[in-house]
Amino acid sequence: MRPASQPMPRALVALAALAVVLLAAPLLGLLWRTPWSRALAVVFDPPMLDALWLSLRCSVAAAMLALLLGLPLAAWLASGASRLRATVRVLVTLPMVLPPVVGGVAMLLAFGRNGLVGGPLERWFGLALPFTSEGVVLAETYVALPFLVLTVEGGLRSLDGRYLDAAATLGAGPWRVFRAVTLPMIAPSLRAGLLVAWARALGEFGATITFAGNLAGHTRTMPLAVYTALETSPDAAIVLSLVLVVVSAAVLFCLRRQWFPAR
Amino acid sequence: MTMDLHLDVELRRERLLLRAALQVAAGETVAVVGPNGAGKSSLLLAVAGLLRVDRGRIALGERVLDGGPDAPFVPPEQRGVGVVFQGHLLFPHLSALDNVAFGLRSRGVARGEARNAAARWLERVGLGAVHHGAKPAALSGGQAQCAALARTLATEPSVLLLDEPLAAVDASGRLELLRELREHLRRFAGPRVVVVHDIADALAFAERVVVIENGAVVQDGAIDELVGRPRSTYVADLVGLNGFVGVCADNHVRIGDVTLTVATPLRGDVLVTIHPRAVALFRERPSGSPRNVWTARAVDFEALLDRDRVRVRLDGALSLVAEITPAAVADLRLRDGGEVWVAVKATEIGVTPR
Repeated sequence: MRPASQPMPRALVALAALAVVLLAAPLLGLLWRTPWSRALAVVFDPPMLDALWLSLRCSVAAAMLALLLGLPLAAWLASGASRLRATVRVLVTLPMVLPPVVGGVAMLLAFGRNGLVGGPLERWFGLALPFTSEGVVLAETYVALPFLVLTVEGGLRSLDGRYLDAAATLGAGPWRVFRAVTLPMIAPSLRAGLLVAWARALGEFGATITFAGNLAGHTRTMPLAVYTALETSPDAAIVLSLVLVVVSAAVLFCLRRQWFPAR
Repeated sequence: MTMDLHLDVELRRERLLLRAALQVAAGETVAVVGPNGAGKSSLLLAVAGLLRVDRGRIALGERVLDGGPDAPFVPPEQRGVGVVFQGHLLFPHLSALDNVAFGLRSRGVARGEARNAAARWLERVGLGAVHHGAKPAALSGGQAQCAALARTLATEPSVLLLDEPLAAVDASGRLELLRELREHLRRFAGPRVVVVHDIADALAFAERVVVIENGAVVQDGAIDELVGRPRSTYVADLVGLNGFVGVCADNHVRIGDVTLTVATPLRGDVLVTIHPRAVALFRERPSGSPRNVWTARAVDFEALLDRDRVRVRLDGALSLVAEITPAAVADLRLRDGGEVWVAVKATEIGVTPR
């Protein structure tokens, strides 16, 4: 037996259906045009493998860097309320809403060879970031960090602080409390944050191409390879796109508990 | 070495201003009762070092744990104050064994050694090896509370604080848990403080009861003192007496619109207590000249199973509880909801200056 409910107005149903079409059509288009017989050959083409391998390396490194820097930041943001925290939270959120290309341009000005930070970095340490794989990692970290920070901060805020109090009365200092109680108790948020940050890094395009360029084998990640291939061999672009779709879908599948709790 | 707990503090927390002085001797158990939000938990948190005092001091023997804002403050992890929190707060990601080993591990004891000690402690609170690997969620309320006690005792604290230790268990597990907790409290050599929410629990744990209301200690003494001379309406209610606040002038106490005649002449603010069994009920206005007479309606009945009595809540010029026999309830036709006359002898009314 179903509970009685008011029927939805037809106009709304039609609009909702339109939204579903808008979301589904690109996927169907991709499946429809995929050259299945040549798919494996395209993926295992050495330049494509290079792009895939570079993408994996850089996105994993970016996710780890985001964790290393983002976890302490999230902990600080969650540790109270203040004007400074509110300001920093805006700063954290900015890369989420900023067009990635703008982020790339801004990064070039900051970390470029003549940049605010990049200049001294090169003069004193001989470190150059633009147009290197490290540059890719930095650009990806820039766009992935907000996802990690906000997810982990949410986890920390919903953590019952009395557990931390209990740990302290048992003789645990702040560092042990953080390591042995806080971290295990927010493990689901950490996992989710890491996964979205990694997915965001894997898909990064705008900031990467602007800041790190499009050098095959060095900075040409999967999204850049798709974009490049679209001009020369559209079939390859389609197959690579499909690979990225599959990866994204797999991430969503892993996150289904956190994001789509069963009703 | 065992030391007494000395506490004389003032601390502000949200809307609460807690001002309390308390001494608990080594080997003594004090039960703290009070309404919700009165400051009981804040008191425990201050002793544990989880809240800082704004003024005053907390000391264990000669060792000052918190001397106010400009004085040394010993952080909770260095205090040696053991707390069994309300709702046990066992770490959900650790097994019962690792929960109990947590304190020792925090002090740098090797994993194997800490686990052995933890196993002995769990054994001692009645949790056998089958429960050692269980996550807290798999334990019953009573078992979890025992594991939490073992976790605290394993750190060998100098003071033991228990916050509502019986809150999480149902009636069937209560007696067993109570016996277990009392046994371990008795063996613990330092000062022990148990926060409870009713007088029965307070009696079960301690001879000495401290009542906190609105951030202040209103009464501190043995249970017969609380019953004999309750210092507030809350305490009177707690021990089952009717309590009112009034103003006394000689032999007359004014409580709202009602004036009662009392046997003891006093002046000023007083607490008036009337034992429920001293309240007499009549169908007609009683003849003779009892001076304290008014009308009321019965609004609620509660049977006392152990003494063949019924507690009747009466709504009237002065609302109170009377304890009468079931036969009287029928004779007076109280359940019909009609008016009855209430009478209390002057000599049955307790008056205490506030």
